[in-house]
Parts: sequence; C-alpha cells; structure tokens
Amino acid sequence: MKKALSLLLVCAMTFSLAACGSKEEGTTAPAENNNQTETGTDAEAPADKPAADGGAVFKIGGIGPTTGGASAYGIAVQRGMEIAVEEINAAGGANGVQLELNFQDDEHDPEKSVNAYNTLKDWGMQMLIGSVTSNPCIAVGEESNKDNLFQLTPSGTAVKCVQYDNAFRMCFSDPNQGLESAKYIGANKLASKVAVIYDSSDPYSVGIYEAFRAEAANQNIEIVEAQAFTADSKTDFSVQVQKAKDAGAELLYMPFYYTEASLVLAECSKQSYTPVFFGVDGMDGILSVENFDASLAENLMYMAPFVANSDDEMVKSFVTKYQESYNEIPNQFAADAYDCVYVLKAAIEQAGVTPDMEASAICDALKEAMTGITYDGITGKGISWEANGEPNKAPLVVQIQNGEGVAL
Amino acid sequence: MKKKVWSKNTKSNLITYGIVIGAWLVVEIMMRAGMLSSLLKGLLVPLCMYVILAVSLNLTVGILGELSLGHAGFMCVGAFSSAVFSKCMVQAIPVSGLRFFLAILTGALFAALFGFLVGIPVLRLKGDYLAIVTLAFGEIIKNVVNVVFLGRDSRGFHVSTKDAFALNLEADGEMIINGPQGVTGTPNDSTFFIGVVLILITLFIVINLVNSRTGRAIMAIRDNRIAAESVGINITKYKLLAFTVSASLAGVAGVLYAHNLSTLAAQPKNFGYNMSIMILVFVVLGGIGNIRGSIIASVVLTLLPEMLRSLNDYRMLIYAIVLIATMIFTSSPGGQAFRERYSLKQLLGQKKQTKEAE
Repeated sequence: MKKALSLLLVCAMTFSLAACGSKEEGTTAPAENNNQTETGTDAEAPADKPAADGGAVFKIGGIGPTTGGASAYGIAVQRGMEIAVEEINAAGGANGVQLELNFQDDEHDPEKSVNAYNTLKDWGMQMLIGSVTSNPCIAVGEESNKDNLFQLTPSGTAVKCVQYDNAFRMCFSDPNQGLESAKYIGANKLASKVAVIYDSSDPYSVGIYEAFRAEAANQNIEIVEAQAFTADSKTDFSVQVQKAKDAGAELLYMPFYYTEASLVLAECSKQSYTPVFFGVDGMDGILSVENFDASLAENLMYMAPFVANSDDEMVKSFVTKYQESYNEIPNQFAADAYDCVYVLKAAIEQAGVTPDMEASAICDALKEAMTGITYDGITGKGISWEANGEPNKAPLVVQIQNGEGVAL
Repeated sequence: MKKKVWSKNTKSNLITYGIVIGAWLVVEIMMRAGMLSSLLKGLLVPLCMYVILAVSLNLTVGILGELSLGHAGFMCVGAFSSAVFSKCMVQAIPVSGLRFFLAILTGALFAALFGFLVGIPVLRLKGDYLAIVTLAFGEIIKNVVNVVFLGRDSRGFHVSTKDAFALNLEADGEMIINGPQGVTGTPNDSTFFIGVVLILITLFIVINLVNSRTGRAIMAIRDNRIAAESVGINITKYKLLAFTVSASLAGVAGVLYAHNLSTLAAQPKNFGYNMSIMILVFVVLGGIGNIRGSIIASVVLTLLPEMLRSLNDYRMLIYAIVLIATMIFTSSPGGQAFRERYSLKQLLGQKKQTKEAE
C-alpha cells in the first residue's frame, strides 16, 4: 500500500520536476502565462537573445499572495509590476538593459514567502520587489539581508519590514500613517472627540492605531472610545458603532480595509450616527464594493497615496493601461508596485549597475543610489529615501465628493 | 558467534530510523557538494517540523484512536513559549546551542502542560464530539495568543490583553509579544541537523511508547474500551498520557517553526485549523497508525506544492487532485482491489511461483 502510494506521489513529483525543467527553457518563449513577463518582445530583439547572451537582463523577483485570502493585494501588485516592466522594456529598458520579471505566490504566509524567495534565488534573481504583506515581508527581509540582496517592498507597512539596510519601501509605514492622520485631524480641527474602531487581529490596523493614539495626545484629540474587532468577527459592527455613538465621538477613525469599512458605514447609517469619517489608505477602493450604497461614503476622508481619477498624466496613462489589460480600476497596491519598478529603474540608472554583476554587488550599489534619487511617480511627487528605507513623501488626504475621490 | 534474531517489529522500526538517517546523510552530502537548490535548503527545517508533527499526531489518531483537530494549537503554544524564552535569553545565554536546547525544553513543557489541561475535559468525549472540541480548543489557543501583549523593561515583565499602551513600558522597554503582530526577531537557531536529531528523538519516544506496556494499554483502549476497562486499565490515565506526549511533541515542532523564521504571528494559516487538518492529511495519507508512512507522506506532501511552483496558477489545483487521487487509490474498495492485484509483492511472488513450477 505504501509502495503504491509513494510510487504515485513520486510520479507526481517527477512530473512536476519535468514541468519545471521545461519551463526554464520555456522562459524564452513569448509570454503566455501571466506570471512571467517576457523581455524584449520587440520585433528587433528576439526574446531568447538576452538570455542566451548569458544574463544580459536584470532579473527582478516579485513575491506576494496570488492565492488565498489576501490574493487581491498580491494580484494587484503583480499586475502593476507587469505593466511597468512592459513599458520600460518597450522604451529600451533600464540603462539599456531589459528587465525580466518572475512573480511567485506566497499565500500570505511567512513560511511560503521564504520558499518563494528561495525559488527566486534559484532562478537567479538580482533584486526583489516584495513581499506584498507585512509579516511575510519581515521573514523574507531576514533572508535577503543574509544574502545582501536588494529588496524594495511596495506595501509592507510594518516597521520591521525595512529593518535592515538592504530593504526599502514604497508606501508609508504604519506608524507614519497614524501620525500623519492625527496631525491632519488636529491641524484642520476636524474634531476633538474621536472614536477608533480597529482590527486587533491585523498588524496593519493595530500599528496605525497605536501611532494615532500616541500622536492624538499632542494634537489635543481625545480618544473617547477604542473598539476592536478581529478577522473572525468582522461582519457585524453594531456594538462598536453603538459605543462610539454613546461616547459622543465627533469623528470616527477607521484604520482598516474598505470591505469592513463599507459595513461600518452601513451600520452608522442604520443607527443614524453621522460623525466625520476618517480612514487610511486601506479605504481606497470603497466605491467599488459590490452592493454598497456609495452615497453612504459621501464626505468620507482618507489618507491615500494614489487617486485613480487624478488629472496627472502619468496616473491617467497607468489607469488606462490597467483598465485595458485587466478591465478594472487599479488600487493603491497596483500603483505602489508600478512605482516600485520605476524606482528600481531609476536606482539602476543612478548606480550604473550591469546585469553581469553579482546580486550582492548590485545591492551595495543600489543601496547607495536609493538615497540619491528623487522620484516623481503616481503615488507621489519628489519622493526621496532615507538610508533607513523609509520614503519621504507628502501625505495626501482624499475626500469622497459626489461619488468620486477628490484630493484635498 | 551468536546471531541475534530480531523480531519483525524491531526490524521495521530500525528501517524507520534508517530511512531518517539515510535521508540526512544524502542531504548532507548533496549540500556539501553544492547540489541542493536554495529552495530545498530552505525547506529542510520545515520538513523536519512537519515530520515531527505528523508522527506526534499519529500517536493520538493512530495509536490512541481519537481524532484530534487541535494539533496546531499545541504547536502554537510551543512556538510562542519558546520564542519568548529565546528572546529574553538572547543576552543571558549567548551560546546558541544551549539556548536552543533550553528553548526546546520550554516549548515541549508548555505544550505538554496545555495538552494535559485541554485533555482533562476533552478526553471525556469520544469520536466526532472529541474532534469538534479539540478543533475549538485549537482555535481558542490561537485567539488567546493574538490578544496577549507582553513587554519587558527595567521594572520587569508587563502583560496586557488590551493593547500595547496598557503596558506602560519605559522608553527602553522592549515588546516581546506584540498582540497580533506576534514575536519578531527570534534568533534563527533551527538547523537541519537539530531537526533530524529531534525527529529521531520523536521516533524513539513514540515507537518505544507504542511497544511498551503503556502502549499496549493505549491500543487496548482504542480497540475495545469496555474490554480494556474490565481488565483494570486506567482509561483516563493512559488516554491523558498519550494525548500529553503527543501535544508536547507538537510543541517541539512549534519550537523549530519559531526559530526558523524571524517573524512569528498566530494566523489562521500557520496555527489555525487549516494547519491541523493538513497534519491530519499527512497522517491519513501515510496510513493511520503507521509511523513510517507519516514520515513519507509529510515529506512528499510538503515538497509537492513547492515543486509544482513552475505550474503557476495550476499549482494548487494539481496538489488537490493528487490528494484526491491518492485517497481514492489507497482507500476506496476499487483502489484496494487494484493494488492487491498489481502489488509489487504479488508480482514478485508470482514470478517465484512460476519459477518454482518450472
């Protein structure tokens, strides 16, 4: 019985290994699957040529969840990266060198994320964009630091994601968002009594809440009520809303994602409670929630790095391309990922690295270059980086007016 | 010279040890020769961890005969207790080997304690009820860990279940367990060698337990509870013993997990019921009550999804199909008949018979 069982599984594994082998050759074929964006698909450069020259491409790895509960974020990042890589390759590459992208699934699990990282290492990755989610990003950061491999995370917001000097991030960190929103509320005198509802099972939400609470004291904001929910109990918010209402909060701070926020807003309307609503960048996308009365989100304010209907030329072009390819409006994850690839390009050009260099040497050069570049992208203008990996960019507050997000 | 005659049982056990040691030698040689890919190198410690989990769960499911769906909960206890221990002791015990040894003991002890406490009410139940209650306990452990905030400063330890502010840490204070963000910065002490040693110890404990007087009592309870009770076997004691040992070994696996990644958070993915069920799948596919089968199944089923990475989007689909196919092949009446007809033993036996006939 065991023999038969192991035989079958061995067959399955041999099959998978065989498939693996054929895929390596397959990378030279035109891109058919969406996980590998092909290089040099232009007419004058046959796709297999750069690879045949012995690595005349920059091999960029990407890690994020494309399956499981957090797959929406991973898929958005993957798509954003693909669009950017295609654009850059069509325009002649970074420093005249084409980019090759390999995106691996991590199922939003630190263990799988390290596996994905090791897979990419075997593939010959020279720089990494990822991981998309915070905890996996911390685990991968440990490994990339050991290997001295350049890492840029589009959306790993936890502080420790960039604890080593080889790691940088595109987005605001959790504390930074909490701090900025408290400052904004204080400076604009939106309210003095604030209630917070947060997801205590989500590091992102807790991280923002803690920083918000710390800064609130400095801004003369009184937190009259702080109510938590968890990933297991995020369908009914009647208790939390009721408590916030009873406490007489003038502003409801919501540091979590838009799916839950839509339920909170619906609950508030049911209890005819109308405080000022203030969210964070996870709120981006609330207007696209199915079966949600968008008028409830009217006047909702949130911190956002990216507004899809902005007049900015770059944003417009990105949104159009994204819509053409995937038939949906890109969210902040896609935008961050798109910017990540361009930042990488800028850093490569600044450092003057070449694809034949070792990943570790590339990392050393890019680390230095990162602090020297100033980048104008779709998630902000004039972004620069500190050596500690944090971006300097102006926070943007968006308000929903007449069913559209408008930058304030 | 006196030739020692080994019983069939002993021989089979020695083969099991031999497989583990052989696998270790092969991997070690390949690693020295630089033939291992980074992916496989990264998978070595998780493989050891899953093997220990599957073997320890087999003790509950196969030997004790009770379906437990809360195994990941004990793993969680082991992981968090040992991570806290290591984090606090990084400065006090700079020798990583000694610190890790103590961390393993801590993890095993705490998991055993929880196994004991959970076992007292749970083992009064049978069958489906027991499965459901263990499932619930596993989830409770995970959720409790998620609300614990533990910090340390010059005044000592501070615990809260509200948020990090309630700790009132001094400026130089350090968060050890940060609620849902878990423990970060655990020293990476897990190595493949330690993992293999732990597998061997686990096997030693489980196999010797099974072949001892205690083990026979446990199996007697599994086979016929009333008969066992009538001959004077203390049912509660033996059930609790097996359950506690199983939990503590799961705790050891948790220690390996916690010291392999630098981040540890109790999420549905790693310590939820999904994990418990995955371990159960290893045990069931390897053969309930079959220790060697558990080892092989956990290794194969952990490697499979990683090896299938090249199939991209179809990866999980293929993995699921393999699971279903294996189940049908090993357990359905049709599959069993097929295997009996075409089993290797049978084919070899037939050849012998035909030879003899000639």
